[in-house]
Amino acid sequence: MKKRLKILLPCIAILLLLATALVLLGRLVEPKYLTEQKEGGLVRDYYKETSSHDVLFVGDCEVYENFTPATLYRDYGITSYIRGSAQQLVWQSYYLLEEMLKTETPKVVVYNVLALKYGEPQNEAYNRMTLDGMKNSLTKWRAVLASMTDEESFASYVLPLLRFHDRFGQLKGEDLTAIFDRPTVSYKGYLMQTGVEGGVSDREGIPLTDYTLPERSMEYLEKMRLTCEEHGVELILIKSPTNHWKYYWYDEWDEQVKDYAASHGLTYYNFIPLCEEIGIDWNTDTYDKGAHLNVYGAEKLTVYFGKLLQETHNFDDRREDETIKTEWNALVDAYQAAKGKEK
Amino acid sequence: MQVSSAIFVLFLALTILLYYLLPKKWQWGLLLVASYCFYLSQGVQYIGFLLYTTVVTFVTGILLSRRAEREDAFVEAHRGDWNKEERKAFRAKEKKARFRILLAGLILGFGLLAVLKYTAFAATTVQSVLSWFGDAKIKIPSLLLPLGLSFYTFQSMGYLIDLYRKKSKAEKNFFKFALFVSFFPQIIQGPISRFGDLSEQLTKPHAFSRDDFCAGLFRVAYGFFKKLVVADTAMIGVRYLYAHTDTMRGVYVVLLIFLYSAEIYGDFTGGIDITLGVARMMGIRLAENFNRPFSSQSVKEYWRRWHITMGTWFTDYVFYPLSVSNGMQKFSTWSRKHLGNAVGKRLPVYFATIVTWFLTGLWHGAGWNFIVWGLLNCFAILFSQELMPLWNAFGKHFAKLSASKFFYCFRAARTFLLMGLFRSLDVYKDVPLTFSLWSSMVTRWNWGELFSASGLTSFGMSTWQIGVMLFGVLCIVIATNLGKKTPLWDRLATKPVLCVSLVACLVILILTLGSYGIGYDAADFIYGQF
Repeated sequence: MKKRLKILLPCIAILLLLATALVLLGRLVEPKYLTEQKEGGLVRDYYKETSSHDVLFVGDCEVYENFTPATLYRDYGITSYIRGSAQQLVWQSYYLLEEMLKTETPKVVVYNVLALKYGEPQNEAYNRMTLDGMKNSLTKWRAVLASMTDEESFASYVLPLLRFHDRFGQLKGEDLTAIFDRPTVSYKGYLMQTGVEGGVSDREGIPLTDYTLPERSMEYLEKMRLTCEEHGVELILIKSPTNHWKYYWYDEWDEQVKDYAASHGLTYYNFIPLCEEIGIDWNTDTYDKGAHLNVYGAEKLTVYFGKLLQETHNFDDRREDETIKTEWNALVDAYQAAKGKEK
Repeated sequence: MQVSSAIFVLFLALTILLYYLLPKKWQWGLLLVASYCFYLSQGVQYIGFLLYTTVVTFVTGILLSRRAEREDAFVEAHRGDWNKEERKAFRAKEKKARFRILLAGLILGFGLLAVLKYTAFAATTVQSVLSWFGDAKIKIPSLLLPLGLSFYTFQSMGYLIDLYRKKSKAEKNFFKFALFVSFFPQIIQGPISRFGDLSEQLTKPHAFSRDDFCAGLFRVAYGFFKKLVVADTAMIGVRYLYAHTDTMRGVYVVLLIFLYSAEIYGDFTGGIDITLGVARMMGIRLAENFNRPFSSQSVKEYWRRWHITMGTWFTDYVFYPLSVSNGMQKFSTWSRKHLGNAVGKRLPVYFATIVTWFLTGLWHGAGWNFIVWGLLNCFAILFSQELMPLWNAFGKHFAKLSASKFFYCFRAARTFLLMGLFRSLDVYKDVPLTFSLWSSMVTRWNWGELFSASGLTSFGMSTWQIGVMLFGVLCIVIATNLGKKTPLWDRLATKPVLCVSLVACLVILILTLGSYGIGYDAADFIYGQF
């Protein structure tokens, strides 16, 4: 027995060392998204939050580039966070929401409906940007299984080294410095875009053969609604403004979302026809010819939406809340500074 | 299920776990089920061909065996009343009858291989010939080519020939025989085993042996290292050079020779290491297929060290029978009489060698490039054989130089380059194109291009990938030299802690440096396609 243990124990130790080495190597080669493709760092930023929020935004680029929590706090005293990432699919939003509701109970969850058009996993790169940032949990593994494209493997999400091993030849300084701790890339989930490249789309969306929103995405929307209901949180559906044919929001889709919201007693705001009222100028308030808003457009939309929220939900003004004041004022300052600097 | 995939590793782990957990009498049954599951995972459509070969060989084997048993019993019964001549005459008659059974089995067995593998090639060749005389259009059939077909066909036909020669006894249990044909680690790319060496090992119970398990585990990990770090990385460059033959000439042909040598060595020896390692983990020893081939001093020696089981198959079942056949004896007598002793005694050997190498080429693939490759090997062997007196004289005059390390390295390098040159036919495929590329090595003197600042990354590989490949090659060179007398895995068999440590290191190297996953073309083993 002693002889066996003499062999077994070192072997177990070696295997543990191997596992540790593989995890550390995975962390080393994983893209950090600190200076390029910052969208990939958004999901991870959430884990640095220390206090809960009044409003949680969930969705794709139409939330993380179009709403600014700093403005919502500065102007209305509403605390909020955006859990969005590039082309974040409905099921990814659902699992991210499920994860957040484990630790906090906001008053309102705002979901942007653009991704309802996708009924199937789309793109490996976007999947990685959303899912790699999530902490290991059953929720994450379910999100991975729901999101994987055919070329992807589950193992590569468990062990990122399997996916990013070819980055060894391209490692940069930030890969080394950010192995254990990564600085945030966003302002409470908002990714600031200060550039201006205006433009008004001169074409409409390409006609489709079938305008029915995919069953799978509607299923996950329903799951999201039920989860919110279970936690006593109000779910608000929105459609962010856009003025680009690539992100065209068809009337037929809008009708289906309207019907869904009406049948479940949800509030739905489509901001596309309200652009003038909001004050969005497509020559100055977009950084990519109308696809997304820049910080100036995002502020206008946030001010408008904040007013709506305040009127309908009577949020407490948190600007005088001593427990969070320092943190949020620092955020507003940093946000303003960055906005001014970029300008 | 690719052998170099994570799913195969899981499949393997589960099979080995069950292998030792189940009662020993069920072990071979489990191997049979696992083998068929593995083969089914390669494509359901292939299974019929495997079953066909198994059934044909099994039935022929039983018929051969019964005939031989009856013959022996008959001779035994007439021991007292037959004289030597009568017994000889009866045996000769029976041999002819058994030969007819063997022939039927060979035709049915090789027939499938011929139809599936060579019909399209034959049709294309006929069309090319007919096109010389005018517009000829033949429908080129597109047939399925089951994975490992050449390997399991040769293994099965070898079994029949051994039975005919009464070198082994027929397997009476169909399922045990099916396991011999389909044993999963080796079905895709060999080694080509002999029934007498393998069958008993497969079906006898195996108790867990820590030593065998350790040796096998290390060998599997080392095989994956060769395949994923060296072969699949070198493949990136090889594919690029092959796809750009219009510009990648001259020195790039030399580069291809080196890169493809690294690729095929890592791929084939790596695959065989995985196969032999897996079998060893289950207590089964398969025949070795390589013995440091790149240290060979001549082409002939190279073929004694590279793909050994195929070489011995052709020697035992083609070259020797052909050399001693009645026809060849007559030809020998005729040629000595008409062409003199010197030429006459050589001709039959030459003829048998050419036929053997023609078939070796054809075995590797249905294409003229493979046939030309086989014949070039043949001519290199015959040529060096003819030059032997000259070499011997050189050795006598320059005894010190001949025995020096430098001369040893020179001969090894010469053999390596020659083999690499021939092997490039496998990559370029087109024979005239290959010859023109060979000539460009002399006519287009562009060495400066390759060794310029941008030259090293001009052939599809990044400097990182080149570095990884060279590191992998260096590891193999070191490991090969360490295992010169006793292979590394045998040395590690009794040192489990060291073995597990090295396996852990190999796993880290494979996962960090290997060419796999998204962005890489998952490559099947090259010999799996033969």
